[in-house]
Amino acid sequence: MEHRSSVDIYTEWDIVAARQLGRNEAKKSGFGTVDQARITTAISELARNIYLYAEEGKIEITNVIEDGLIGIRIIATDSGPGIPDVRRVMEDGFSTSGGLGAGIPGVKRLMDEFKIETELGVGTLVTAIKWLR
Amino acid sequence: MPQEVGKKYKELLRQYIDRQNEKDLYFGQQFIRKFIEKNIPPEDVISIHKTALMESVPDMPDSLNHSFDFLIEMMIHYGLALREHQSLIRKQEELQMEMNVALKVQDTLLKTEVPSVEGLDIGLVTESAKQMSGDYVYFLCDGNDKIGVAVADVMGKGIPAALCMTMVKFGLDSLQNDNTSPQNALAAVNRIVEKSVDDSMFISMFYGKYNMQDFSFSYSSAGHEPALLYKSSENIFKELGAKGLLLGVLPDFKYEERTVQLEKGDFLVIMTDGVTEARTETDFIDEAYIQDLLEKAKGECAQTIAEKIYEELASIQNYRLHDDFTIVVLKRD
Repeated sequence: MEHRSSVDIYTEWDIVAARQLGRNEAKKSGFGTVDQARITTAISELARNIYLYAEEGKIEITNVIEDGLIGIRIIATDSGPGIPDVRRVMEDGFSTSGGLGAGIPGVKRLMDEFKIETELGVGTLVTAIKWLR
Repeated sequence: MPQEVGKKYKELLRQYIDRQNEKDLYFGQQFIRKFIEKNIPPEDVISIHKTALMESVPDMPDSLNHSFDFLIEMMIHYGLALREHQSLIRKQEELQMEMNVALKVQDTLLKTEVPSVEGLDIGLVTESAKQMSGDYVYFLCDGNDKIGVAVADVMGKGIPAALCMTMVKFGLDSLQNDNTSPQNALAAVNRIVEKSVDDSMFISMFYGKYNMQDFSFSYSSAGHEPALLYKSSENIFKELGAKGLLLGVLPDFKYEERTVQLEKGDFLVIMTDGVTEARTETDFIDEAYIQDLLEKAKGECAQTIAEKIYEELASIQNYRLHDDFTIVVLKRD
């Protein structure tokens, strides 16, 4: 059965709550310590982006089972300004040079699957999946 | 993570814990290279270490255990930084390859061939500070008794300067086979540059025409370094400057034109500011210094004179050019 839970992101404390939720779910799904840390870091980066640029949004954690594979899906949604140039934020060196941390490419590296949808003035939706190996 | 990697690591770690031998540290370092080759991120290395330690030391305190989890968490960002760095290096390699292609294109497009003519000995050295040059030398040899020479310098270096140069080249090409005077040549190139280049790009140019019948040299300058004329009979240098705005400033600018005579043994030196503004670590060199060098080399052929000046100025700058360097020497045989 699909299990889903979410954390609304308004304050920096909510980032911590989202991390905690993600770590618990990752542990329950059977991920090892290092992958737990990776999933948590990805959640942390996405939640931080919401907190910094969109002011409010939501992190949703879902267990997925597909073709016999077990995984965890992170969905980050916000109704912020949207990203004007997605290609640039996906580029290495773009966010890190500004001191913004691992940035979007970091999240992509930490997870197995990654998708970003954004619309100016409407918001951004990021979906990322990590599979248990 | 392959299990045998963890097993081997455990073995090495155990040996070191037992006897703290330098040899084991050496083997450890050899072993870790494989990790790097296989792109194993630092957080995994710590996890391998933690596992090996837990299996080797039966009563490991919980606190130590937790400390490794803490470290793994911290190392995730190190791992990301490392991978980003690797990806940037790959990107840089790609850019370098594109750059090499662009350099070849530039070489083909802006190739300058020194004409060989009776009665005038021509020498040329042009070296770029960065990979692509902002200096350009153009000879116009119409097969008659006149030789045109243009030396241009785009303010700025590298790729933007080189792109700009291409336009100047085509501007000059359009003057081919016609008997344009220096002032008209500059006016024509100026119109092209003014139309096509944005306001932040400026180009200086010296344009001269040598008449092999009467040994006169007419020249105009668009804000370029004055050329030097060595008068053999008086053993002095004369500055050849002419009034004129940089190219691309005003659309219809009239350039001044002057004429000098070349006697036997006289020679002309046209330079860019990479020559006249060469500097050592502590000092700018002055024009008297260049004149000194020219004076010493005056007996040589034009190419040797140009090379000697370059060698001398490059060596006092420790062969690190601050600006593109171009020198043309025209010597009456």
